[in-house]
Amino acid sequence: MEARIGIRNTKSVIFKGIIVFFAFLITLPLIIILLYIIKQGAGQVNWHFLTNVPAPVGEAGGGISNALLGSFIMVLIASVIAIPVGMMAGIYLSENPKTKLAYYSGLCVDILQGVPSIVVGIVVYFWIVKPLGTFSALSGSVALSIMMLPIVIRSTEQTLRLLPASLKEAALSLGVPYHRVILKVIVPCGFAGILSGIMLSIARIIGETAPLLFTAFGNPYLSTSVTKPMESLPHLIFTYATSPYDDWHNLAWGASFILLMFVLVLNIITKLLTRKWKVQL
Amino acid sequence: MESTIVKAENYNSYFGDNHVVKDVNISINKNEVIAVMGPSGCGKTTFLRGINRMHELIPNATSKGKILLDGENVYDMNAIYVRSKIGMVFQRPNPFPNLSIYENVVAGYLLNGLKISKADKDVIVEKSLTSAALWKEVKDSLHKKGTFLSGGQQQRLCIARAIAMQPELILFDEPTSALDPISTSSVEALFHELKTNYTLIIVTHNMQQAARVSDRTAFFYMGELVEFDDTKKMFTNPADQRTQNYITGRFS
Repeated sequence: MEARIGIRNTKSVIFKGIIVFFAFLITLPLIIILLYIIKQGAGQVNWHFLTNVPAPVGEAGGGISNALLGSFIMVLIASVIAIPVGMMAGIYLSENPKTKLAYYSGLCVDILQGVPSIVVGIVVYFWIVKPLGTFSALSGSVALSIMMLPIVIRSTEQTLRLLPASLKEAALSLGVPYHRVILKVIVPCGFAGILSGIMLSIARIIGETAPLLFTAFGNPYLSTSVTKPMESLPHLIFTYATSPYDDWHNLAWGASFILLMFVLVLNIITKLLTRKWKVQL
Repeated sequence: MESTIVKAENYNSYFGDNHVVKDVNISINKNEVIAVMGPSGCGKTTFLRGINRMHELIPNATSKGKILLDGENVYDMNAIYVRSKIGMVFQRPNPFPNLSIYENVVAGYLLNGLKISKADKDVIVEKSLTSAALWKEVKDSLHKKGTFLSGGQQQRLCIARAIAMQPELILFDEPTSALDPISTSSVEALFHELKTNYTLIIVTHNMQQAARVSDRTAFFYMGELVEFDDTKKMFTNPADQRTQNYITGRFS
């Protein structure tokens, strides 16, 4: 019997060792990618790089200001579209989980989440770009907002569904009308979770290239017009990294570094904010 | 002269086809403490939730008959108005976790968007918390979140929240079933205090509690109001055999 216990203990130790090993292993890809991009890209970044448009081939210098501004504008518009729509839909799904509408729209959300981003780009191309006859930042924003929606909807729904029903009853029993119960009690109590969903969805779309290929297209000049083509960080990386020029490769590395840092910072802020605003139930 | 505050006339409640409260007729006087007792599933909570129209919020839940509040049928009034006139305290303490103790007390005003001055709020908060026997314990931490309080304190905070709306009638749905014995006795002691200003209807599983705190007791069984009489008489000399069986513990 004692020998048996020895063997069983050894097996437990081995098992623990294996899971620790894999937990460590999955951190490696990120660390390696990070280090590589920092090594290649960090050196490119300076004030000139952030405030100038790309230089033509053969000219020294140049930066990514057009892509920075473009990404900012398009993500902003996409957020303005997707956050209210997604939150409202998420509230409906969590409030009425048993209805037919909730079943089918929930199903659509799941399928939408699985639609390849390039397909979203093509569809928006036929919806907006073709009728208007031009690539535009607006169409890019619409494509990005479609990518954002499922994440915002599901995170809102799942956060709100975890809130106890007693909370809603408390408010209703005070004579508070339904819309105020939702807006003043339910949403604020679930705000940390909803916010983290929103931040994650932004981190997700900021790096999307495919939906922008047929919509915002790209623009080597600084542009703020939403009805004209607009550059974005991922699209700039895509075009410049696939070019045959070393200068342009460096530009792409620098842009990659900025993009990665942005996503990293966004994730850290999300973690801090959700911890700070988490409501103790 | 005793005046009636709540009167149920042939009141029935349903969950879909399930008839859970059957033809209840009851008349409750001002400043009384009424205990509503009965075995699980007898319809006592459903009846209680019918009084302030919380019952109808559950999908498929319907009701028939009248509940008169000060002579007026609550089913002819606006549900939101009815709920703001009748206080309710639930089984589990449910302070709003996003609000401070102070904000929780005036939540009925804040959440309804009623504008009241800071001075008025201060008065309401102190008065309500004092009535709920909580003022002394929390007066230095009014701006902390209500959820940091103990279970018993949270429940008294919920009572203060109900009192703050100045209701005539407060409904309690098994208010101590989630509390430890010490918190329970602090809440029970409060019922005696509240009686002077309010009418209380308390649903309870606990017969001893009904005997301790109430003036009159209603016994529900299988959706019917079997007996409604002075608490003393109910526990010493009940008229109905079913009441007798229940209080002697022949079924629970």
